[in-house]
Amino acid sequence: MSESLLSVKGLKTYFFTASGVSKAVDGVSFDLNVGEVMGIVGESGSGKSVTSSSIIRLLAPAGKIVDGEILFEGRNILDMTHKELLDFRGKEIATIFQDPMTSLDPVFKIGKQMVEMICAHQKVSKKEAHTMAVEALKRVGIPEPEKRMESYPYELSGGMCQRVIIAMAVCCKPKFIIADEPTTALDVTVQAQVLDLLKDLQKEMNTSILLITHNLGVVWEMCDKVMVMYAGSTVESADTKKLYSNPLHPYTWGLLDSIPRLSDKNKEDLRAIPGTPPDLRLTGNCCNFYNRCPYMTEECLKSSPPLVEVEPGHFVACHRQNGENKLVRGEVTVHE
Amino acid sequence: MLKTALKRIVQCIPTLFIVVMFTFILTRIIPGSPAATILGPQASAADIAAMEVKLGLDQPKLQQFVDYIGNILQGDFGPSYMYNQPVLDLIAERIPSTLQITVVALIIALIVGVGVGMFSALHQYSAFDYVFMILALVGVSMPIFWLGLMLVNLFSVQLGWLPNLGRGSFDISFWDGISHMILPCICLATIPMATFARITRSSMLEVIHSDSIKALRARGISERNIIFKHALKNALPPIVTVLGLQIANCFTGAILTESIFSWPGMGTLIVNAITNRDYMLIQGVVLFFALVFVIVNLLVDLAYMVINPRVSYEGGGSN
Repeated sequence: MSESLLSVKGLKTYFFTASGVSKAVDGVSFDLNVGEVMGIVGESGSGKSVTSSSIIRLLAPAGKIVDGEILFEGRNILDMTHKELLDFRGKEIATIFQDPMTSLDPVFKIGKQMVEMICAHQKVSKKEAHTMAVEALKRVGIPEPEKRMESYPYELSGGMCQRVIIAMAVCCKPKFIIADEPTTALDVTVQAQVLDLLKDLQKEMNTSILLITHNLGVVWEMCDKVMVMYAGSTVESADTKKLYSNPLHPYTWGLLDSIPRLSDKNKEDLRAIPGTPPDLRLTGNCCNFYNRCPYMTEECLKSSPPLVEVEPGHFVACHRQNGENKLVRGEVTVHE
Repeated sequence: MLKTALKRIVQCIPTLFIVVMFTFILTRIIPGSPAATILGPQASAADIAAMEVKLGLDQPKLQQFVDYIGNILQGDFGPSYMYNQPVLDLIAERIPSTLQITVVALIIALIVGVGVGMFSALHQYSAFDYVFMILALVGVSMPIFWLGLMLVNLFSVQLGWLPNLGRGSFDISFWDGISHMILPCICLATIPMATFARITRSSMLEVIHSDSIKALRARGISERNIIFKHALKNALPPIVTVLGLQIANCFTGAILTESIFSWPGMGTLIVNAITNRDYMLIQGVVLFFALVFVIVNLLVDLAYMVINPRVSYEGGGSN
C-alpha cells in the first residue's frame, strides 16, 4: 500500500499573459501512494485544475511549468518526449474531466471513440477492442452496452456520458486516474452513483485517484487524504480524518462552514467566505488569504507563511498556527 | 432522410416560381425589344410590329407569362430568338464548358483553401498565419473582373506565357486545353479559396481549443488523428455551408470570368442574351442558375445530416 506512485515536488506553473505573469500553481508538493485516493480542494481559481493539467502536461499555450518535478514511478514526467507522453496519457494516467457532455467527440459514435482509445494503447485488433469496450461499458453499469456502442454522445444523459468516460478511463487499466470535478456537472442523485462507481473501480483495480473538487462532502466520502489549495499554494494537507477532526487553517474552517447542514435552522447559519481570491499576478509576498481572514495580524502582511508539519502528517501554512499562542477555531467574525 | 429530401424538394418549387416571375418582369422592363434587335436599326415600325406578332410578343404580358409557365411545365423553354434554337439545347451545349472551369476552380479552391486554413489554425499567430490571412483578406476583397484583367495583362500580354482567349481544345494538344484553363480557373478560384481559408481557420481554431479535443489529448490519441479525424470533422459544418454558397457564387463568377476570357460557356451565353434582348434565353439561363442554387442548397442540407449527427430536420428526436 505504501509504494509511492506519484510524487510532485515544488511544482510551479505560471501563465505568461500580456498583462503579467499569473502564478496559477506556486510551489505545490505532494505524494500519492499506490491505491491511495487523494483530494485537492479549493475554490475556483485556486490552481487545482492547473495542477492536474500539469501532471499530464496538457496546459494551455500560455502556461509553462517553470520549476519543480513530477515523478511517476520514479520517471520525471517533465522530461518525457512528446512520443512518450502519447503513450503515457490514457494508458498510465487516465483523466476524467468536469463536463462529460463536452469530453466526448460529439460527431463520432461512442463505440468508435472507445475502440480508437483502446487501439491507441494496446496491441489488439479492432474486434477485440470492440469486445473490451462492451465489457467496460457493462462494468460501469450501462444497460444494453452493445446498443450504446452505436449511440452518439448527444443521445445519452450527462450521467450516462460520465459513465462512458469512466469506462474509457479504466479500459486501459491505468495506474492512476485524475478526476477533475467528475460530478460537478451532474445531477445530485447521479453524483452519488458516479462516485460509488469510481470508488468500486478504484478498490477493484487498486488504482490511485487524484480527485479534484470544491466539495468537501465528496472528499469525506472518497479520499484517504486531502490537500486544501488556495491561490496556487497548499494551505493545509492531512489525512481526511485528521483534517475533519482537527482543521487548522482559517481557510479550511471557512470551507467547512460553507457546507450546508441538515441541522441548520435558517439560511443565516450557512456562512460563505467573504471577499474573492487575490489576483494571481500579485501573490507571493504575504499570506494570500490575509484579506479574507478574520484572524489576520500584522505578521500576515510581512511574509508568506511556510508549510509546517504541526503534527505527524498534518501540514498547515498559517503564521498564527506556528507561534506560541496557537489560534483556536472560534466564532468566525466578519473582518472589516 | 429520403422523406426530408422530398420535403425540401417540394419547398424549392415556390422559390423557382418566384425566380421565373421576376426574370420575366425584369426582361420586360429593360428598354428595347427583341424584334428590333433581330431586324437591325434599319427596320421599319411595321416590320418590327410584324416580327413581334411572329414572336408572340403582341400578346398581353400576363398571357405571355401564363403561356411561358405552361410551356416550362411541359419541358419547353421556348426558342432563342437570336440563335433560332431551343433554349434547352443551347444550355445543354454550354454546360460542359462552364462546368470545366467551375469544377476545376472549386476543387483547387477547396484543397488549397482548407489546407491553408488548417495550417494557419495550427500555427496561430505565426508568420505564416499572418501572411496567409492577409493574402486571404486580399483574395476575398478582390473584384473578379479586375483580377481577370490583371492576370491577362501579366501572363498573356506582358509575359506571353498563356493564351488569353477562348477554350482551346484537348484535341489539339493536352497543353492547349490546359493552358486555356489556367487563367480563368485562377480567376474563378481566388475568392472561394480565400473564403475557405478564412472559414476553415476560424472553425478549426474554435474546435481545437474545445474541451473534447483536450479530452482526446488526455486519452493519448495521436495528434494526427486528433487534427485530421476529430477536429476536421467537427470543423466541417461551416466549411460545407460556405462550399454551398461558393458553388453558387462560382456560377455567377463564371459570367464575369467567361466574358473576360471569351470562354464559350453559360456566362457568355447569358451576356449575349441580355445584349440582344433574347427574352426566352435570358429566362432559361436564369432559371438554370436558380436551379443550381436550389440543388446545391439541398445537397448542403443533406450533407449536414451526414457530418453532424445532431442535425435533424424532422424536428424533435434529440435533446
